[in-house]
Amino acid sequence: MSGRPSFWSQALAIARRDLERERRAGEVVWITIPFGAVALLLIPLAVGTNENLLRDIGSGMFWVVVLLFGVLTAVRRTSTETPAQRDAVALLGIDPAAEFTGKVMAGTVMLIGFELLVGAVAVALYDIDLSGWPWLLLVIPLAAGGLAELGTLSGSIATSLTAGPALIPFLVAPLAIPLLLGATQGAEAIRQGDGILSWMLLMAIVVLALAVAGVLTARPLQETR
Amino acid sequence: MVGCRGSDLFIPFGHHNRCTHLQIPLAGIGWEARRATVHFASVSSTTPLVELHGIAARIGATTILRDVDLTVGPGESIGLFGANGAGKTTLLRIVATLLRPSAGRGRVLGADLAGPDRYDIRHRIGLIGHVPGLYPELTLEENLAFAARAAGIDPAGVAASLKAVGLANAASRRAGESSHGMQRRVEFARELLFEPDLLLLDEPHTALDPAAVELVAHVVDEVRNRGGAAVVVSHDVGRVAPLVSTTAEIAGGTLR
Repeated sequence: MSGRPSFWSQALAIARRDLERERRAGEVVWITIPFGAVALLLIPLAVGTNENLLRDIGSGMFWVVVLLFGVLTAVRRTSTETPAQRDAVALLGIDPAAEFTGKVMAGTVMLIGFELLVGAVAVALYDIDLSGWPWLLLVIPLAAGGLAELGTLSGSIATSLTAGPALIPFLVAPLAIPLLLGATQGAEAIRQGDGILSWMLLMAIVVLALAVAGVLTARPLQETR
Repeated sequence: MVGCRGSDLFIPFGHHNRCTHLQIPLAGIGWEARRATVHFASVSSTTPLVELHGIAARIGATTILRDVDLTVGPGESIGLFGANGAGKTTLLRIVATLLRPSAGRGRVLGADLAGPDRYDIRHRIGLIGHVPGLYPELTLEENLAFAARAAGIDPAGVAASLKAVGLANAASRRAGESSHGMQRRVEFARELLFEPDLLLLDEPHTALDPAAVELVAHVVDEVRNRGGAAVVVSHDVGRVAPLVSTTAEIAGGTLR
């Protein structure tokens, strides 16, 4: 006889399911990444091809693209679940907080892949200065985790409220600003040779706050669907 | 664990390992099974598994259900019949603890419908609704394996349960490429694997071929034989009445 699974077993089962679904559907690989790359390609057409200008705005443009496409991907993954799928998961006895955590884990993995591939395009197009690159090992997962949390939380709200989808931009924008600021200003601080710790701290606090909000609201949001 | 007799087959299913007598020489994905010979501990309680008193459900200004009383005891199966829009699915979702009633009180598997303990009994409820809740990108086997892992059930029983519903040869087919009937069979396989104490079926014969009718009866009997209960809602009295021990009609938002 099997016992009830732990929180982390449930979260891992959810993460594994989402990653397997993504591997089969290829939504991030075949749709989001190409669109992100195209967006980066279009910006120089709009602002001109001045190399110094592109180098200056490259990092910021990259993070804006990551933010927009990343959140959209995470929102979509949650909000497109069918009522029958949600009922089935609820009746498996999965802790909604574990479900949130599992979705965020999978989303983070997908967004790190997105950041790396689109980042390579950004470096190639904008000649972004990569000095101080070891900091990216911290910035990339923090941004991916924060955006995955934000998208998953927004997606859950969207499925719980009648006016949910219309509210998403208003929910996402204020919460995404600290992440965007942390990532862009952190990169700029590296370029200027300034300290980056305060920006990383800001991102970490946002990631932590979103995690707490996601876990605490998971059950109430599940019950209002 | 108990010893299996004769040609009985030991299957490491769900929360109760058991022996069952299944005859599964399948042609294609046809279903053929004798009623199970089951030897395992029953739910062993005389307390009703479902007790509803004065339940009402309203969506906006529309009253879907009003003043519904329902009691289902261990080993019972009840058929609730009614026309489209009578409130059958709403009642089933309330019993499944997925929808909170607007008024009234009730207990399901000992948990208060309005209390937080209802979350703790959800894994003991099996619901097969109108629309299968499978993930189209995953194979039939992966869908069941995910559910098993998430619920803490050994995925080793997945292959046997798919075989039991006649889908052994289709296990690696994606759900999105499988027919509605095959997806519903997978949901019956899930109930065989999970062994719920309370089985809720919403129009169980929808999309199933005649050969699968026996499958529905088999799953209902499985639950009843171990002391669980089944609630079956349908508009098809002729097909569901033989499955159940008691019947009632839902009309005008209430039970008659």
